[in-house]
Amino acid sequence: MNVLVTVTEGATVDDEFRIDGLAIDDGSLTTDLNEWDEYALETAVRLAEADLVDEVVTVTIGPEDCEGTIRQVLAKGADRAIRVWDDALERSEMLDVGAKTALLAAVVETEEPDLVLTGVQSADEGFMATGVSLAAAVDYGWAAVVNALEVDPDERIARVRRELEGGVEERTEVDLPAVLTIQTGINEPRYASLRGIRMAQRKELAVRSLADLGLEASAVESRLRLRELAEPESESEARVLEGSSEEAAAELATVLREQGVGR
Amino acid sequence: MSDVLAVVDHRQGALRDVSFELLSAGRDLADATGGDLFVAVVNGPTAAFADEVDREGVDAIYTVDAGEEFDHDVYAGAAVHLVETLEPRILLAPNSVNGIDYLPAVATRLDWPLVTDAVGLELEGETLVATREHYGGKVEATLEVALDGGVAVTIRAGEWPAATGEGAASVEDVAFDLEESANRSRVLGFEAVAGGDVDIAEADVLVSVGRGIEDEENLELIEELAEALGATVSASRPVVDAGWLPKNRQVGQSGKVVTPDVYIAIGISGAVQHVAGMKGAKTIVAINTDPNAPIMDIADYAIHDDLFDVVPALIEQFE
Repeated sequence: MNVLVTVTEGATVDDEFRIDGLAIDDGSLTTDLNEWDEYALETAVRLAEADLVDEVVTVTIGPEDCEGTIRQVLAKGADRAIRVWDDALERSEMLDVGAKTALLAAVVETEEPDLVLTGVQSADEGFMATGVSLAAAVDYGWAAVVNALEVDPDERIARVRRELEGGVEERTEVDLPAVLTIQTGINEPRYASLRGIRMAQRKELAVRSLADLGLEASAVESRLRLRELAEPESESEARVLEGSSEEAAAELATVLREQGVGR
Repeated sequence: MSDVLAVVDHRQGALRDVSFELLSAGRDLADATGGDLFVAVVNGPTAAFADEVDREGVDAIYTVDAGEEFDHDVYAGAAVHLVETLEPRILLAPNSVNGIDYLPAVATRLDWPLVTDAVGLELEGETLVATREHYGGKVEATLEVALDGGVAVTIRAGEWPAATGEGAASVEDVAFDLEESANRSRVLGFEAVAGGDVDIAEADVLVSVGRGIEDEENLELIEELAEALGATVSASRPVVDAGWLPKNRQVGQSGKVVTPDVYIAIGISGAVQHVAGMKGAKTIVAINTDPNAPIMDIADYAIHDDLFDVVPALIEQFE
């Protein structure tokens, strides 16, 4: 059995940031392996360690800059990685779910994984949709927002728990091949070991263009267009307690006592 | 003119609140084009639900009775079938865990563009303009998409008013054949997350801790503060994901909804999923270095400072 993990280099904005047209100024962004994808990767690596899976392959849509993040993923136990990029993608200001689906579907069709694991969402745009959209495109089964997983390779079934709202979980079984979107907290993602980091340098990182994947530029054109990015108007009506930490704490203590706290 | 089809959400015998908000969002869009608002009820006690969603502004209700609970294969099949027969150009669903478990598949099968988690929707002629929050609510993005053949959209809960008033919609039961091959998963049942010894929903004062605490050993500081205040400790998702506190301490959409007298959010940025679980608190205090953190929007009192400086000083005040 083989697993394909979709891995995104996610970006988070710093406390103070600047918007530059239709993008966040590079200086106020921190990029890293997308938090949800860390859990998806860990899920795949654990399946491999339990001998339920033969190979863990990752796929990332992104420019050369994100190879550092991909090496990190290889260091944590993926066997090989694929990076999809093209000049045609460079020119678009955003890739919508449809465009990402087309790219990933082409990879799934060549790799033919039994299981595709994605994070529930990305930290930046947070569409929460690529996994389920991909499943429909490649005609796989699926389950979204999975926080527990058991794979039965003989019966070719994934038994999952889906985390619903309000502390309720749904138990579901999904036939393989399937796409599962993985929620944070499903496991405890590991740090890369020194040995892992050394080994990662020798692992395969293949780059695929649109032509390699047999896709036309029109197939990955985003139908959603970004019109504007703005800092939301603060709706805060909070009374800000100013001064040194001690002064603010003293003022807060007064407020809390007025509310009957600590008496 | 464009018609709108809204598919409501329910679980364990009850329609979810967002379903009624969905009707308002759908009516607004239908009004903007002079179109009709169609509402679909899939599975569950469909007749009773059809009665409940018959609110002012709903033109027609379609029910699909193929089981008790949500099943994404049935929902996806029903939505595609209804879109093909009714030919709406906007398909709406809640951005719930179930909404995002089938609407992306529907969009792909119909080859429609998809907008998820919209907090605002406007029509400008043949263009749908959607507002979304990026970067955990710190950036507001305006997106546009041509209506063309159709657009699928999920909306965030709590952003539209619930539809009210008595409707006069027609109700029609729709039968469609779900191909056997399309049925690839089976829902086996539901389970409530283990309760444990503490019920944070019962607490009058909650000291709630988030990602800003950085390390498990720093939790001691929070426990000390809770002790000094006579409060109970709760947490936002990252602290529970890390295994530092049990799941029954989690406040938010997937955890507990709490309404204490006082909620002190320490090192919590206030992602929408968290806010959904605590915005009903009477008094909200936020301690966070980031003055722009979304938690500030709902805080009554704020300290823009390092929790590792403020919390010890606050403990001292109560000793």
